[in-house]
Amino acid sequence: MADIAAPAYRIIPIIPALKPGAMEGVRSFVANEKIQEAIGFPGQLVEDWHDRAIARMGELLGKYRSLKVYMDACVHCGACSDKCHYFIGTQDPKNMPVARQDLMRSVYRRYFTLPGKLFPKLVGARDLTREVLDEWYTYFYQCSECRRCSVFCPYGIDTAEVTMAAREILDSVGYGQKYSNEIIGKVHKIGNNLGLPGPALKDTLEGLEEDVKEDTGFDVRFPLDVKGAEVLLITPSADFFAEPHIDGLIGYAKVFHATGTSWTLSSMASEAGNFGMFIGNYEQLRKVALRIREAALELGVKRIVVGECGHAWRVAYSFWNTLTGVGEGADPNDRFAQMLQKQLDHRYRQPSHVCEFTWDMIQDERLTFDKSANDKYIITFHDSCNVARGSSMGGYPGGQFDIPRNIIKAVANHFVEMSPETTHEKTFCCGGGGGLLTDDLLDLRVKGSLPRMEVLQQVADEQGVNFMACICAICKAQFTKIMPIYGFDRRMVGGVHQLVSNAIKLGNK
Amino acid sequence: MQVLTPDSASWQLAPDTRPLPMSILFAILFYLATLVFVVGLLYRIGVYTRTPAPLKIPTTPAPTTTGGVVLRMAREVLFFESLFKSNLWTWGLGMLFHASLALVLLRHLRYFTEPVWAWVAFIQPFGKYAGITLLLGAAGLWARRLFVERIRYISTPSDHLMLALFFVIAISGLMMTFVAHPDVVAVKGYFLGLMSFNWQALPSSAGLYVHLLMVAALLMIFPISKLLHAPGVFFSPSRNQTDNPREKRHIAAWAKQLESES
Ligand code: HEM
Ligand code: SF4
Ligand code: SF4
Ligand code: SF4
Repeated sequence: MADIAAPAYRIIPIIPALKPGAMEGVRSFVANEKIQEAIGFPGQLVEDWHDRAIARMGELLGKYRSLKVYMDACVHCGACSDKCHYFIGTQDPKNMPVARQDLMRSVYRRYFTLPGKLFPKLVGARDLTREVLDEWYTYFYQCSECRRCSVFCPYGIDTAEVTMAAREILDSVGYGQKYSNEIIGKVHKIGNNLGLPGPALKDTLEGLEEDVKEDTGFDVRFPLDVKGAEVLLITPSADFFAEPHIDGLIGYAKVFHATGTSWTLSSMASEAGNFGMFIGNYEQLRKVALRIREAALELGVKRIVVGECGHAWRVAYSFWNTLTGVGEGADPNDRFAQMLQKQLDHRYRQPSHVCEFTWDMIQDERLTFDKSANDKYIITFHDSCNVARGSSMGGYPGGQFDIPRNIIKAVANHFVEMSPETTHEKTFCCGGGGGLLTDDLLDLRVKGSLPRMEVLQQVADEQGVNFMACICAICKAQFTKIMPIYGFDRRMVGGVHQLVSNAIKLGNK
Repeated sequence: MQVLTPDSASWQLAPDTRPLPMSILFAILFYLATLVFVVGLLYRIGVYTRTPAPLKIPTTPAPTTTGGVVLRMAREVLFFESLFKSNLWTWGLGMLFHASLALVLLRHLRYFTEPVWAWVAFIQPFGKYAGITLLLGAAGLWARRLFVERIRYISTPSDHLMLALFFVIAISGLMMTFVAHPDVVAVKGYFLGLMSFNWQALPSSAGLYVHLLMVAALLMIFPISKLLHAPGVFFSPSRNQTDNPREKRHIAAWAKQLESES
């Protein structure tokens, strides 16, 4: 894909003019039979897809209040229409959040509302034809489920919920996406998204111990499957070998080492990511998450800590308690959840984000840093959208913004904010989230990162920013791939715990 | 207080006089419209209430307590907080439109109460001009729909018709307030009569007929159109959920079922 170029920065970030059809040809690869069947979906588009799709839609409307209310409530006010990074980058009107929802809403109106049944043209209702189904596939795989639109909608309509429902319907009729569904298959079979088997993981971790020893002179451990450890660390599998992710993993290990915390990784649950969320399938979401419950029960850990990953933290923070019982406050007669919750130590938040863990330790003065180790960097922070808009930290609203920034400021001297229109809950997605981090969508990914790159360029030019920290494995992978296309050095992006790793003093507590 | 036109004076019928066909038609229409409105809305609200929200999906940062959620919702409903963050033009026009609408609706309470409550009497003069600002707000929103390319793209014919409906209601209402005054005493008598099933005659006035016809249409459209945003906002999980997923296990009945299966 040599022809993929970065779109030009907008001089003043005005709302782009529409280019209908600009992205209709950009479609991620469709899953083959093997991939689909491995996770229980029909191998290919079924004969009676029309009826089954409508039936599935009806079922989802009855199971998810979000979908039902969102289908009804939109007034077409257009407040969300210029808020999506994919619309800004591609100018395709179907990438406006409301237009994306309307791809489904038009069908909803036709089959589930009286005016749509009687006067389809009047209310913009359409039959579910093969063209419509294809359009769904195209544009619902051009949404990273980042929820930016939901911040701005007067009713909080979250296009991510609609996208998830659409993908679920598509999967149920045998029209799945190769990238996401293949990965889910790997988790079930091997335990992580990258298909890294236990023995390979063991080798990798041993290699890391040697590297860190060489680097620092300290015996920092990377334990695997240690029964009775206090902390079980669940982290995205990219942390085990992708760059710059691995530097973050080293950072976590150093924090555990310096605070004398006994911890372990699990070969059964060697993945924090959960693509079940991306495809909107509750059963898959749950099944993937259950590995963590099993590992926690088997290893008998007291605490569960989650590494740097945006959507994984959303799933962990917002959904784990529901899906697996990792959390607290289950009904006394809820045996499923109580079984695990009795084991966990409720003096701590369950699960905790590794940033919460590190920040607590910093506040308890159990960590010391040489901040000058990060002096070569002028650092800014990209709020990963799943953390920003789908989760929290620290037990108060907005903790998810403060805590990573607090850590950066504790370990480095130079910190700069990007434009407030693009941070905190208004942050822009990196352009690669939600099951779109695949090379067949590179064109979309490059265009979708435009709004983030614009403001990064601004702080790079004006304040000399040369490092963008984030706490998401997908953001890291996406940025290292697309930043060179925008003329940045790929090493400019890294994790918060990479900065921690640089500055942490291992010798004296 | 109100000027009675000679025309309307002839409609001051004694209670035992049989109302004329128009009065009967409108009576039937309003009973029907009210029924559709109430039953339709209750049905919708019932569906929203019964449909579970299986996962915690508040758009964060979100309140961690119920009190916080009540405040968040109040800010959304009273001040359109999210819309304010989003687009000042739409926010301003939307506020103008809805605040005027609220005032106009409250002003209309005088047709349904006897004696008229003091505060309803108090807002009468403001309510009168709210009709004009209502029209201005709707005109501004319509202009956005017509001239802003993105919003034109997402508009369906029904979006335009909805605004047209408000236009006709507002203009016919303003005509009666400021130009051709029908016998509002009789109008009030008519509605009080409808409410007590003691039918009265409705003054004959083209403006009034149009106004009432469109209002009845609005009532009937309400439960099957985008006007469901009014009840919908209260049921939106991204706005009405407390952000406490770690502290309290949240699980829907259908999801709990999966646990006994596995
Ligand atoms: C809980 C109460 C309500 C809230 C929070 C609310 C909020 C909003 C908001 C934020 C918008 C989008 C901005 C705009 O276009 O003005 C809107 C649009 C609209 N609302 Fe409401 N509303 C409420 C009640 C009502 C009621 C009772 C009606 C009518 C009987 C109504 C009629 C409309 C119409 C027609 C539009 C579309 C305007 C357009 O086409 O641009 N709303 N509402
Ligand atoms: S969720 Fe994000 S990617 Fe999807 S439509 Fe909304 S803003 Fe765009
Ligand atoms: S902001 Fe909400 S109500 Fe307005 S068009 Fe977008 S989804 Fe619809
Ligand atoms: S990859 Fe990062 S920025 Fe993109 S959707 Fe996920 S968390 Fe958000």
